[in-house]
Amino acid sequence: MKKLVTTLSAVALAVSSFAALAAAKPAVVYDTAGKFDKSFNEAVFRNGVEVFNKDKGVQVREFEPQNEAQREQGLRRLASRGFTPIVAVGFNFASAVEKVAAEFPDTQFTIIDMVVDKPNVQSIVFQEHEGSFLVGALAAKTSKTATVGFVGGMDIPLIRKFACGYEQGAKFANPDIKYIQNMTGSTPSAFADPAKGSELAKSQFSQGADIIYAAAGGTGLGVYQAAKDAGNYAIGVDSNQNFVQPGTMLTSMVKRVGVAAYGTWEEGMNGEWQPGIKVLGLKENAVDWALDEHNASLISEDMKAYVEGLKADIIAGKISVHDYMSDNTCNF
Amino acid sequence: MSQARVPAWVTVALLPAINVLLAFLVSALLFIYIDISPIDAAKVMWQGAFGYAEGIGYTLYYTTGFIFTGLAVAVAFHAGLFNIGGEGQAYIGGLGVGLVCLTLGEFAPWYIVFPVAIVVGGVFGAAWAFIPAYLQAKRGSHIVITTIMFNFIAASLMAYLLVEVLKPENTMATESRVFAVGSWLPKMHEFFALFGYEMSASPLNLSFFFALVCCVFVWLFIWHTRWGYEIRSVGSNPSAATYAGIKYVRIVCLTMLVSGMLAGFFALNVLQGELHQIKLNFVEGFGFTGIAVALMGRNHPIGVLLASLLFGFLYQGGAELSFEYGVDRNIVVVLQGLVILFCGALEHMLRPSIENTYLKLFAKTNEEAA
Repeated sequence: MKKLVTTLSAVALAVSSFAALAAAKPAVVYDTAGKFDKSFNEAVFRNGVEVFNKDKGVQVREFEPQNEAQREQGLRRLASRGFTPIVAVGFNFASAVEKVAAEFPDTQFTIIDMVVDKPNVQSIVFQEHEGSFLVGALAAKTSKTATVGFVGGMDIPLIRKFACGYEQGAKFANPDIKYIQNMTGSTPSAFADPAKGSELAKSQFSQGADIIYAAAGGTGLGVYQAAKDAGNYAIGVDSNQNFVQPGTMLTSMVKRVGVAAYGTWEEGMNGEWQPGIKVLGLKENAVDWALDEHNASLISEDMKAYVEGLKADIIAGKISVHDYMSDNTCNF
Repeated sequence: MSQARVPAWVTVALLPAINVLLAFLVSALLFIYIDISPIDAAKVMWQGAFGYAEGIGYTLYYTTGFIFTGLAVAVAFHAGLFNIGGEGQAYIGGLGVGLVCLTLGEFAPWYIVFPVAIVVGGVFGAAWAFIPAYLQAKRGSHIVITTIMFNFIAASLMAYLLVEVLKPENTMATESRVFAVGSWLPKMHEFFALFGYEMSASPLNLSFFFALVCCVFVWLFIWHTRWGYEIRSVGSNPSAATYAGIKYVRIVCLTMLVSGMLAGFFALNVLQGELHQIKLNFVEGFGFTGIAVALMGRNHPIGVLLASLLFGFLYQGGAELSFEYGVDRNIVVVLQGLVILFCGALEHMLRPSIENTYLKLFAKTNEEAA
């Protein structure tokens, strides 16, 4: 047994040192929701993995853990096979990345949506509040009832960050706006409950709102349906969801996780990968508002110019959007 | 008639083995369909589960979990009770184990925390099973329905506690704070390192030994105590047992308490042994798979142990398979489903033909001998 272990570790060592010399071997570990979750993980697959495979001709190695123990196992197996950089998708990976990164100091790890402070970990976080500010301002300008709504998924700081940015944008565009906010629930199932989303949307419509921004994963689909039924507008999130209910979707606040993952693999390939915190916002084109053929008819030229102007102001630092997570309050 | 003349090893060993083989054959067709050589796939699974120390560690780690939930279901079966609530009982047992680690674990070392966690985890799991048991015994509410409903109640209760009470302020994941390092159950490789024996790191921890102890305990309890005798009597015929003076209500409650306790132990392996914090949905279906483990294991501790090993192999080998081939992880679930289908649901499909074949082949020798 002892001999076997020594041989194995020697092989692992040989493999990893070989890998350091050879080209990058990119890898990704998805969250337990799976890579086809129609949301966050799928964005990494569609806009990151697939594109990277095609552009670079390098296959990104993928792993989908089935249970908690496999998060760590997956990272460790990939690292011991010499894969680097390894992207871990989602804040649930924090403790696993922290542990495995310490065991493999020569492997590059990248975690999305969470900060892990290790010398070989890159943490990618997004300025969701900036993008939310833009769609908030657009909503306030478009609203005929001077009332806008927000439906969040699970009540966690990350979602409050979306809400806070949106509220600021709305109040910036129209200081007298009425703002209504609801969270769907306090467990992860709150991200997959379209029926409840539809209920919350109807209740907000009855309070006078005519535009609702949903930052709620799958729950959002119920919100969009309710908006369509009521003849009101909705705003999508994370991916460009304008196509979901064309004519109803005013715009979407896109968060380009796939592009961010692509970026980290490209850096690894070119030897430019750096540890530390990478904050991606409007400036880096990592969050944005979506304008395409599905909502072009809803956005006038003036409106477009107005939102683009705000975007330029935020990038230039003329408008500063308060980040909920900086002090866990939404006082702006 | 033929039943009496077929030796026990045919039903206990040969039949399950043929069923497993059949499940693997059907899986092989599936692999051919998705363009993976079934032989290579089998090699990868075997290598991944038993071929190297870390893999063996993972296999036995899963096995440990299945032993607890499998035994829980098996004990209830002996009294004719179908306990589908292993999932919820394990979840609530985890609350007990977690609370001990979060409080006592702050200042006491693991060898003090572990026995207390065993007691409290067991009591929590048993308490969760007690209510359905009482309702079954006293009111006739069917235990299948009530235990299933208690799974949902457990899930909601734990979600509430984790989000509102146990979750530290600055985290987004629904999980409790990490237990103090001193309260962590030593991993097998750490334990053996004390004796100068080196092993690869894996989640396998000391609770594996406790699972084996539980197997012995269940064997003694069911076959060598008066309670066990009464439980088996109630299981084979409740009215006759009652007529013979066995107290039905008491036996149903006792059985379910033991069953719930065993399910509650599940958390020792996963929480105190590996995750070191209470996480949302940490049971992850092991409670339900425990039913299949008990079915396959013929409700006998040795059978449960072997069936747990098989499912541990499927879990770890399956993970390895999806790692090596990048196959959809649901393929692994299909594989597990086939094993459950052939060993559980279709158990009696082959029984008559195998018994007949056996008799045809060996009847002659018997006659000659006579």
